[in-house]
Amino acid sequence: MQKITAHKNSFSNFTFSLKKLPWEFFLLLITALVFTLSAYASPYFLDVWNLSDATFNFVEKAIVALPLAMLIICRDIDLSVASIIALSSVAMGFAAQYGFAIELIVLIGIGVGMLCGLFNGWVVTRFDIPAIVVTIGTMSLFRGMSYILLGDQVLKDYPEGFDYFGQGYVYWVFSFEFMLFLVATLFFYFLLHKTNFGRRCYAIGNNPTAAFYSGINVKRHRLMLFVIVGALAGVAAVLLTSRLGSTRPTIALGWELSIITMVVLGGVNILGGSGTIAGVFIAVFLMGIVTFGLGLLNVPGIVMSIIIGGMLISVIATPVLIRKFSQRS
Amino acid sequence: MSDTPFYSLRGISKAFPGVKALDQVQLDLYSGEVMALIGENGAGKSTLVKTMTGIYQPDAGELRLAGECISLTTPDAARNLGITAIHQETVLFDELSVTENIFTGHLLTRGPLNMLDWSEMRRQCIKILADIEAQIDPDILLKHLSIGQRHMVAIARALSFNAKVVILDEPTAALSIHETQELYKIVDKLKAAGCAIMFISHKFDEVFAIADRYTVFRDGCFVDQGKIDNVTQAQLVTMMVGRTVDQIYPERAQALGDIVLKVENFSHPTEFHDLSFELRSGEILGFYGLVGAGRTELMQAIYGVSNNITGSLEIAGQVVKIRSPADAIKAGIVYVPEERQSQGVVLDLPIDQNITLPQLNHINKNGLLNPASEYTLADEYASRLQVKAPNWHELVGNLSGGNQQKVVIAKWLATQPKVIIMDEPTKGIDISSKAAVHSFMSELVKQGLAVIMVSSELPEVMGMSDRIIVMSEGLQVSELQRADFNPEKIVSAASGGLNEKTIH
Repeated sequence: MQKITAHKNSFSNFTFSLKKLPWEFFLLLITALVFTLSAYASPYFLDVWNLSDATFNFVEKAIVALPLAMLIICRDIDLSVASIIALSSVAMGFAAQYGFAIELIVLIGIGVGMLCGLFNGWVVTRFDIPAIVVTIGTMSLFRGMSYILLGDQVLKDYPEGFDYFGQGYVYWVFSFEFMLFLVATLFFYFLLHKTNFGRRCYAIGNNPTAAFYSGINVKRHRLMLFVIVGALAGVAAVLLTSRLGSTRPTIALGWELSIITMVVLGGVNILGGSGTIAGVFIAVFLMGIVTFGLGLLNVPGIVMSIIIGGMLISVIATPVLIRKFSQRS
Repeated sequence: MSDTPFYSLRGISKAFPGVKALDQVQLDLYSGEVMALIGENGAGKSTLVKTMTGIYQPDAGELRLAGECISLTTPDAARNLGITAIHQETVLFDELSVTENIFTGHLLTRGPLNMLDWSEMRRQCIKILADIEAQIDPDILLKHLSIGQRHMVAIARALSFNAKVVILDEPTAALSIHETQELYKIVDKLKAAGCAIMFISHKFDEVFAIADRYTVFRDGCFVDQGKIDNVTQAQLVTMMVGRTVDQIYPERAQALGDIVLKVENFSHPTEFHDLSFELRSGEILGFYGLVGAGRTELMQAIYGVSNNITGSLEIAGQVVKIRSPADAIKAGIVYVPEERQSQGVVLDLPIDQNITLPQLNHINKNGLLNPASEYTLADEYASRLQVKAPNWHELVGNLSGGNQQKVVIAKWLATQPKVIIMDEPTKGIDISSKAAVHSFMSELVKQGLAVIMVSSELPEVMGMSDRIIVMSEGLQVSELQRADFNPEKIVSAASGGLNEKTIH
């Protein structure tokens, strides 16, 4: 008798969990599906070196998507990330022209990113202006500064060895960029899910007023997140500049939207309050595999963006629809 | 007054996943009479109101209006039949004018092009406002009105539909005494006009003041109904909670300790002026006044929420500068806000994480989360406050109002404060939670804490406080020791400045 009840319990637990399966499960399922389809569709897909090459197309964006996810969980957003990458790349280009050492160039790249983030965060928190408004402004501001500083020039006097960040391999097929992305994922997973800082992100994202009344310094927290996003945009600038070997003012143009797509696809609520690093991590690979698979099939870029757009909407709609239907039955 | 009910419900059931909100309930409303619906939070009152107004469809049972069976598929259908509800939080539009608010949803048009007829709407709006004697400018934006005035607008909106059935869902919760009196007058007018009125309130004095009949619900079931003249308050309470409850406030007799908090010459540019008081350990200091007297603003200033405050504040003889809630918590002052859901708790976080939120740095010294020690701390205080939940991983959003309030109090006690400020601590919570909060307050002061309680409920403030400070229009108008408590004195002091106040 007892055995039967136990069995029944585990069954009801199972149906229960089906209804509220985590977002990450759907993402993983779709990623596996896309991966299998691509492997059947193209004989070149499963080649490890091809796969390794494919990662270069998305890990730079993905490195910015990780901190941006935390910022969006906190009800803020940064649309200026691509422009920060450009400005920080320009700064590195000039530093290289002056003959600075590699370490210094990297520091300048990340430092400029942090300063841009600090500026965003300062304007947002000091004057209580919505982040979307401020960063639409700084998106043009930082990009415009890159154009003015650079004009028609191309900066490409990067020192010997600087190409390692964007082109080097740590071991076998594992590039430096890719390994750095894995380390960054672990770091942000830890920061968001295992620290006081991460807990405060969720508290602020869910109810900023109650968080403030609970003694959290909400403004300082948000400011810090803007700086972290800026810093990682600086890191992305180092990787991208190193990979391309040159800086133009149009560098990383339009990246902000693909970065935000990664975050939203990863299940982060665009209105704040919920989301996980694991979700963003899987979404990054989903987008990377789709882009790579379609590329191998010679699908034109415009069609590709249509597919990614459709995927974003359908993947976000699926769990909502499932929940709706399961509630009805 | 007739003997057949105008609007009646029979055998209504409504279930939600996991909860049976209404189970075979019945209800009768009579034209020209006020029926008070009484029940604790969770008794199914809100679900019933939504069923009566077409927001929910019942799973079983029938609704009859003037003898005919009706089915309400949408709120619009209910409105067209003259059934309208005025909710606790009025659903109006801040950025629209009073006229626009009243006619949104049934705008008047004229001419072949169906042009909006604003002059006619404005004319009708003025007439309705005059009918209920509300002195409100029809062109003013809603956001410039007080909560009481907004209720008047909500009522005017209900009247603009030619309502025959009017449901008032805790209309007085946010009103001052004066505004409540105004509301009674309007209810009388509606009665005279032949409306069938349903009145939901937690306050028995109101029920006895305006109701003709009563209906009691408990846990989604119908318990009893009848004429209000044939019942006593004690009987109603017994029916409501299913057992007898002593509505006696806990004994308040103990020696006061040293001065823990000293506020001197606190002033705010617009909200309050030149307030000074002292608070001793073991003391409950009540703050009484009308809505808008500046009590909440004063408490928030002490707690470091407001800026540009002048004056000084001492904790245990030490001058402390408080610029933010974080400073206040560090100094040992905590604040249980009036707006529980927006300021007190984070609804989408579990109970334990809500409780540990103010002192994450204290529990997790190296900045890393330690779920086990968090849970232990939460367990200690949530158990002490008898929060009703399956475990402390439950989201606070899934708890009832009373239990959410207990979570807020548990959160602050866990910080081991010296002074706890409670702003309307029992507003909108059911009787048994209310009693729990009261007895807990008296237990706290026994342990040497100092409590400031802001309350608009006279019995509560008189029952709990050792001393009462009455505020009116931002000024401290009276201070009374427990021996001198007298309801008339307190109320007249609180409304002292009212005559000079003109409503625009």
